[in-house]
Amino acid sequence: MTTDLPPKVLVTKIGFDGHDRGSRVVAAHFRDAGMEVIYTPPWQEIAAVVKLAVEEDVDVIGISSLATDHLIVPKLMDALRAAGLGEVAVIVGGIVPDADEATLLASGVAKVFHPGVALEEIAAFVRDVTPKVRAARETAQEAT
Amino acid sequence: MNKPLDNHLFGSAESRWETEYVEGIGPERPVVNRSGIPVKPLYTPRDWDGLRKGRDPSAATVYDEALGFPGQPPYTRGIYATMHRGRTWTQRQLVGLGTPADYNARLRDLIDQGTSAVSLIPCNSVFRGYDMDEVHEELLGTCGTVVNSAAHMGEALAGVDLARTSCAMNDPSPFTLLAFLLATARERGVPWSAITGTSNQSDYLSHYVANHMFFRIALPGARRILVDHIEFCNRSVPKWNPMSVVGQHMQQAGATPAEAMAFTLATAIQTADDCVARGMAPDAFLPRFTFFFDISVSFFEEIAKFRAGRRIWARIARERFGAADPRAWRFKFHAQTSGVDLTRQQPLNNIARVAVQAMAGIFGGLQSLHTDAYDEALSTPTDAGARVAIATQNVLREEAHLTAVIDPLGGSYYVEALTDRMEAEILRVLKIVADAGGMYAAVESGLVQRMVGESARRFQASVESGEQTVVGVNRYQVAEDAAERQALARPDPARMRAHIASFRAWKAGRSQAAVARALDALAAAAHAPDANVFAAVVAAAEAGCTHGEICGRLRRELGFGHVQASV
Repeated sequence: MTTDLPPKVLVTKIGFDGHDRGSRVVAAHFRDAGMEVIYTPPWQEIAAVVKLAVEEDVDVIGISSLATDHLIVPKLMDALRAAGLGEVAVIVGGIVPDADEATLLASGVAKVFHPGVALEEIAAFVRDVTPKVRAARETAQEAT
Repeated sequence: MNKPLDNHLFGSAESRWETEYVEGIGPERPVVNRSGIPVKPLYTPRDWDGLRKGRDPSAATVYDEALGFPGQPPYTRGIYATMHRGRTWTQRQLVGLGTPADYNARLRDLIDQGTSAVSLIPCNSVFRGYDMDEVHEELLGTCGTVVNSAAHMGEALAGVDLARTSCAMNDPSPFTLLAFLLATARERGVPWSAITGTSNQSDYLSHYVANHMFFRIALPGARRILVDHIEFCNRSVPKWNPMSVVGQHMQQAGATPAEAMAFTLATAIQTADDCVARGMAPDAFLPRFTFFFDISVSFFEEIAKFRAGRRIWARIARERFGAADPRAWRFKFHAQTSGVDLTRQQPLNNIARVAVQAMAGIFGGLQSLHTDAYDEALSTPTDAGARVAIATQNVLREEAHLTAVIDPLGGSYYVEALTDRMEAEILRVLKIVADAGGMYAAVESGLVQRMVGESARRFQASVESGEQTVVGVNRYQVAEDAAERQALARPDPARMRAHIASFRAWKAGRSQAAVARALDALAAAAHAPDANVFAAVVAAAEAGCTHGEICGRLRRELGFGHVQASV
């Protein structure tokens, strides 16, 4: 059982944009809040994010998006499911218009955080969702 | 620097005010600005008195020494004698979306509304160094224009008189967009000597530190190509500004206003040192240096930042680089209102923020201004948002008459005292960078990135603790009205697909031999220390090479750039 371990979170950016103030500030807050944080520079390929998530066995993936890169998050969701990581909670933070938020949630994203959100609110969500992710993963593993 | 004034100058009024203030205000938390400078409740001639004798024996007064007159060193009051009253600031809105044809339609609309200069923001795929047929199609054109060739540049600027229009392009190393512009000019018979404008974002160091929109060529290669670019432009495109030193990225990434100014000046020093090492004369290249800053909503602090920066740069150009031409001393800058200050909550409030930011930039003596659209915290700006941003400039200029008086806050006890304090803080940070071996070394070691990151976290903490109010975010929240958040029309996918198809067809029909020869010549230039890589980029653009081909070949020869992975 690993449920008493702190959440393990991958904080990253996919797509073209390199503005990483958001991802750095959020990652630093997670770290300071006692979580285990895997942080990458921007521009990760979707395949690289999936590979990291598998290797590091993360509970949550945080995608930071400033300049429309969230539009390829549905592709990431498909790739995660294909790799058997459907239980991992994916959260997206940044500039996400309302219509796109609906698309992201429909693709399986757990939550979208908009500018102005308190860091602690994001951290609380991660702490809250982690046991659910672990429970779902165990159920899935037992089923196979 | 001033000796204390005699108390009797104020009679008993001053001590009476002090008593009444302390009694009236009660216990008070110190007020500190974003750069960490304490702000007093009142400023008087004790803080700044222009008519006293200064430190410099050759200057009659503090006024002469610290301010002088517009167009004269140390330029605190402005770099031109006439400033905005003679020629208003350039209204330069960033524009970039969709296909080159989409961009051209938007551009002509903006020109009709009064915008006086062209700017071109390429798609982020261009920033990354790729052509449109190498990347995720759904991202193309969503926050910039997809320009991959000289032909695309011609389409984007159709109907624009290149000899009479100043073009600013976000065009990091290896400056393919300028190469495409020069190819377009040649095709239209416009001599390169008539081309004016600026290579925005040519400052690879700010990209490396802050927003990382440089992922093409590793630091040493980027450093060399920048000097090649400056040398080429000085010689062949003499009215072009090849160097735009960028403080905006670093302030947006979290640097305080004083830090952003200091890092910018340090970058200018680094690049000028590199040019001197190449054997170039400061009087030849410094007049074509320009600067680009962020304007936060911290009103007086921003005004003082710009005034102090102007004074420091004049001193650096004269004393450190020995420049004798006054054009080399002038701190020409473009500024953009800060997007980080804008909120998604109650987005119309952003119109007020942008107006305050723009006023700070205008009082700070800018040469060129971009006002953000109020909906920038929601998406890439809509047409409606872009119109309000332009109208804001028109109101400030022609209704509020902010152009009427030069440096109207000069002589304010507060503004002058704050300018002095900001100057001291900027010099303190400049020394940290100098002690680390200069900006290149300080960036390579990660020192600057750490300082920026710490300041970003400090600011975020002040917002979360409520110490810094953000209206609608941590105070004065109201129930959200989703109707205020209009959606942006994304580029038409069918048009983008047609753009890709015609690009593929055009590529297949080119002279492949000419393309291969030009790319080989580019590679040879990259390995020949005496060759000018940017000249080879221009030749490749004229030979029909694409952006992705040029960037890809240079990446192969000079190595990839990377970003430090530390938080």
